Amino acid sequence: MQKKFILEVFKKASLCRHFENEVFKRIKSDKIKFPVYLSAGQEYVPASIAQIIKEKKIKPLLFGQHRGHSIYLSFGGDVIKLINELKGKKSGCTYGMGGSLSIHSPKINMYGHDGFMGSNACIGAGACFSSKKPTIIFIGDAAIEEDYVLATLSWVSKKKLPILFVVEDNNYAVLTKKDERRDWKAKDVAKAFRVDSFDVKDDPKLIYKLLKKNIFKKPMLINIHTNRLFWHSGAGVDTQKVFDRHLMLKKIIGKKANIIDQNIKNKINNLWQKN
Amino acid sequence: MAKELRETIKEITTYHLKKKKSQVFGQNLTGVGWVAGTLPKLYEKDGVIELPMADVAGGGIVTGSGLVNRRPIYIIRYQGYNWFNCTFIVNYACKSKEIWKIPCPIFIRGISSEGNIGPVSGSSHISIIYKMPGIKIYSPMSNNEYKKVYKKFIKNTDVFYISEHRKSYSNKKEFKNKVKKNMDIILMPISITRFSAEKAKKILESKGLKVGIIHLVDLKPFRIESSWIKAIKTSKYGVLMTDNDYADGILRVLAHKLNEKTNKKINVLGLDDKTAGHHSSVDNLPPDEKKIIKNVFKIIKN
Repeated sequence: MQKKFILEVFKKASLCRHFENEVFKRIKSDKIKFPVYLSAGQEYVPASIAQIIKEKKIKPLLFGQHRGHSIYLSFGGDVIKLINELKGKKSGCTYGMGGSLSIHSPKINMYGHDGFMGSNACIGAGACFSSKKPTIIFIGDAAIEEDYVLATLSWVSKKKLPILFVVEDNNYAVLTKKDERRDWKAKDVAKAFRVDSFDVKDDPKLIYKLLKKNIFKKPMLINIHTNRLFWHSGAGVDTQKVFDRHLMLKKIIGKKANIIDQNIKNKINNLWQKN
Repeated sequence: MAKELRETIKEITTYHLKKKKSQVFGQNLTGVGWVAGTLPKLYEKDGVIELPMADVAGGGIVTGSGLVNRRPIYIIRYQGYNWFNCTFIVNYACKSKEIWKIPCPIFIRGISSEGNIGPVSGSSHISIIYKMPGIKIYSPMSNNEYKKVYKKFIKNTDVFYISEHRKSYSNKKEFKNKVKKNMDIILMPISITRFSAEKAKKILESKGLKVGIIHLVDLKPFRIESSWIKAIKTSKYGVLMTDNDYADGILRVLAHKLNEKTNKKINVLGLDDKTAGHHSSVDNLPPDEKKIIKNVFKIIKN
């Protein structure tokens, strides 16, 4: 069971990784000239959650932020439409209006983001409250510092809404480290608001263990430690080497993973060439 | 017997909750006064939702409700709170239809009030959101005007900002425009200044002046009717527009739009460019009939 789960997560993550690598190349070569927010390195967060949701046959409302490519792809957003969006075409997933940071997809219930960090917390909470549908809100370790995000945590706890807050914690707000900004943990603050909260690595097995039984029963926050491979915006790589879960899992799964990864890489490359 | 505007608002709200299965959001709704008697005595089970005291988050929660098409009513008790309450309204709800083709209809009731209320809560503050695309702004002061705006909202999918005024809630009368050619001057009042403008008109007429009056309810989009243009063009001294927002805001924007169409001088009279204090000696009140009359004579003299 768990092997199958890991393999499915790996496939989703591989799709996200190679998609972002293709975007990276195009920013480097100046083919994409507007601000782009790459999520390579963080893909195991949405990939793991999307696979759990798939197995549970739930279709929640999704509220991501500006760094949403991997959320979109993991939950089944149309790849070609995202390519077209990044090429500024009207056939793009957000009709050429969204660029990289405001992507959306009615097909997967993914709502777009307006660029205000953490706005999706309040908006997602309101959508959940008024529709009574299970909802996932993805924010970063910076957005959780926004006062209105903290106020929202308090309110959803009071209303006992079926919401999962996912904090993608890469330790940085652009380039400012967490310990330079605050002395508290997201998990502790959420707990103070009586929201069930957890602090884990972006290991699919750990995420599975935490969410499989408890998701959407009551408000929950999961702070997931992850690493982003590229800069905050655009195409750049720091000299400091960061842990790469995708490479690690590829090694662990072995030959099968290499074949899957290569096939997905070729497929994504072809889609970018053709569209 | 004609009813007070507060009763009409209460009836519309009840209809919106019961028939449209919608929700009303706001802070301190179910407390003393029930929003100056404009809210039916209903609770969360009926759709009247108390928001947290976090103003910015509250506007976001309402935006989420609009996004899933519940068509919520959002009550902002003092328009001065627009600075906090409308952040996500203007940046998300108002843009949603255009960016994502997902409408986010919200009926915002922003309440203004004046007199001994101090530097924060008083007056209208619609100028700060007026420039944003995707918002529609109305300022009904009578029963029929309010009903008309609500009907428009039900047929529409945009964000509606209803600029109300506490002092209008006891109003039972309807307003009538006087749009005629060859007037000496035409008054174009907004919000609570409409009551003062009516009084000023009568006094000015008793002094022998020919005074037209055009009550402004639909502020954005601002449609200028051809009969208005004809009347303004043939007027002797142009127009005096009045409002209870600062003059350097929506008033000058609308005045400029009128000036472009008529090439006549459009004068404005709003709040003074100063902070209101609590005491009456340092307050900043909207123009009353005396101030309007004084300004009309100043315009004639110049």
